[in-house]
Amino acid sequence: MGKVGIIGVGQSSFVRTYPGSIRELVFEGFSEAMKDAGIGRSDIDATVVCSAPEYDKQRSPAGVIAEYLGLNPQPTFYAETLCSSSSTGLKLAYSLVASGLHDMVMVIGFQIMSQLSSAESQERMGRGADILWESPFGTMMPAYYAMHARAHMAKFGTTLEDLALIRVKAASYGQLNTKAVYRKPVTLDQLQDPGSFLGAPVAVPLRAGDCCANADGSSCVIVASEEKARSFSKKPIWIKGIGAASAPVNMAGREKLYGLSVAEEAGRQAYKMAGITAADIGVAEVHDCFTIAEMMAYENLGFAKPGEGKDLIRSRETYKDGSIPVNVDGGLLSKGHPIGATGGSQIRTVVLQLRGEAGEIQVKDPAFGLIHNIGGVGLYGNVTILGLD
Amino acid sequence: MAKNELDARFAQFGTVSFAAVTQVNDFVGYLEEGKLMGTQCKTCAKSYFPPRAQCCDCLTADMEWFEVAGNGELVSYSTLQYAPTGFTDDLPYTIALVDYGKYKVFGRIDSSVPDSELRVGMKLQAQTGKTGNGRLTYMFKKI
Repeated sequence: MGKVGIIGVGQSSFVRTYPGSIRELVFEGFSEAMKDAGIGRSDIDATVVCSAPEYDKQRSPAGVIAEYLGLNPQPTFYAETLCSSSSTGLKLAYSLVASGLHDMVMVIGFQIMSQLSSAESQERMGRGADILWESPFGTMMPAYYAMHARAHMAKFGTTLEDLALIRVKAASYGQLNTKAVYRKPVTLDQLQDPGSFLGAPVAVPLRAGDCCANADGSSCVIVASEEKARSFSKKPIWIKGIGAASAPVNMAGREKLYGLSVAEEAGRQAYKMAGITAADIGVAEVHDCFTIAEMMAYENLGFAKPGEGKDLIRSRETYKDGSIPVNVDGGLLSKGHPIGATGGSQIRTVVLQLRGEAGEIQVKDPAFGLIHNIGGVGLYGNVTILGLD
Repeated sequence: MAKNELDARFAQFGTVSFAAVTQVNDFVGYLEEGKLMGTQCKTCAKSYFPPRAQCCDCLTADMEWFEVAGNGELVSYSTLQYAPTGFTDDLPYTIALVDYGKYKVFGRIDSSVPDSELRVGMKLQAQTGKTGNGRLTYMFKKI
């Protein structure tokens, strides 16, 4: 089996309200990726379309999008694992290419969330949990992650200030990202003032500033066989490791709340497939839908031992010049989180980093990059490792 | 009950219910009687909470009910200051996970318990009761 590479990446700007339909929004990420890859539509053998259902009215969006992008009569289908949908799409694209069935597969991720109110979005997200046994209590994503934060604090002595440090880091890079929703600096004082917008409690102990914002956005990743990748791209980025896992949807089925077992398991698989360890990772994009999610990712991926994630952020080791730069594009906390598009955006950032094309946020000579993309509250875990060789 | 009418008692569970029919609808009947119940597989004796109608270990549907009794340990909790559509009238409210050893139970802390008295690891007891809008539920109380 030959290698499988990524030859084109693109994303739209992530915005609070996109003034258009899903097909037009998807076009924005698509056109950037097509120009990046330097290919024509007929080079694409299949598309995988990824989003979380019920945010817009279109059923079976793959067909509509394939038509609009001029990708008929090639096959297309829909893939969904909530917030990690486009990482799942990448795994499917990898499989389609590695099997020899197709030479080039496009992964499209999108979400328009602004057609719903924030409370309606939380209701949809709440129904991504167990609708029989949890949703009737009035659950929502920030509250589930707040329970993880409380458990992490109780077990390891992590503080609200540690979580705030993660948001401050995210904001320092979000300011540089022209495609991010939130581009203002954030201070510890803002997060620690309950009267400020960012310090206001949402689900105790998490504050508004600990949570990413809903957003509208699209992403696009073009995956190719080794032969095609070498013929089209001067610098293909190779898929070295893919891991994926699931966990009980109901919190009652979880072994622990101070970490995500899906991230540990997906990470273990991805490192094994790539033949490397956490120490080899030069740059990482982790799923910081909430500050506590990034803290747990440090530990679940082996960047820090359990309970020592707080030391990593306190010593600024996850900043651009630290030992393991994490989310130097501002992360979900700055970019916003258009659910189905997020994984593709994370992949795009790591591809640009490995190519040395990341501009102001470029990390020094990374050989391997990692993407950690979580669906639901640790329900679906996806870890992807990309490399230069 | 008419011949083709489904047993839809589950629609009475929680502030807002998202499903009316399951094969463990007796859960709701027990709640009405003041009992919080889980199921146990008659073949392998595994205890399930939330209750389930089938055992994926034994591939059987031969279960019996047991009562969630005694004290559990608070694993974690969060108080919501903002709520999804349908739950705003309940604000603020606290969701929690309580560990009973053989199983864990997810639910709300009773509104009579102040947040300041909550600690991870403390003992709590589940009791049946009504939601703010008068529907069937259960909640955790201090012992």
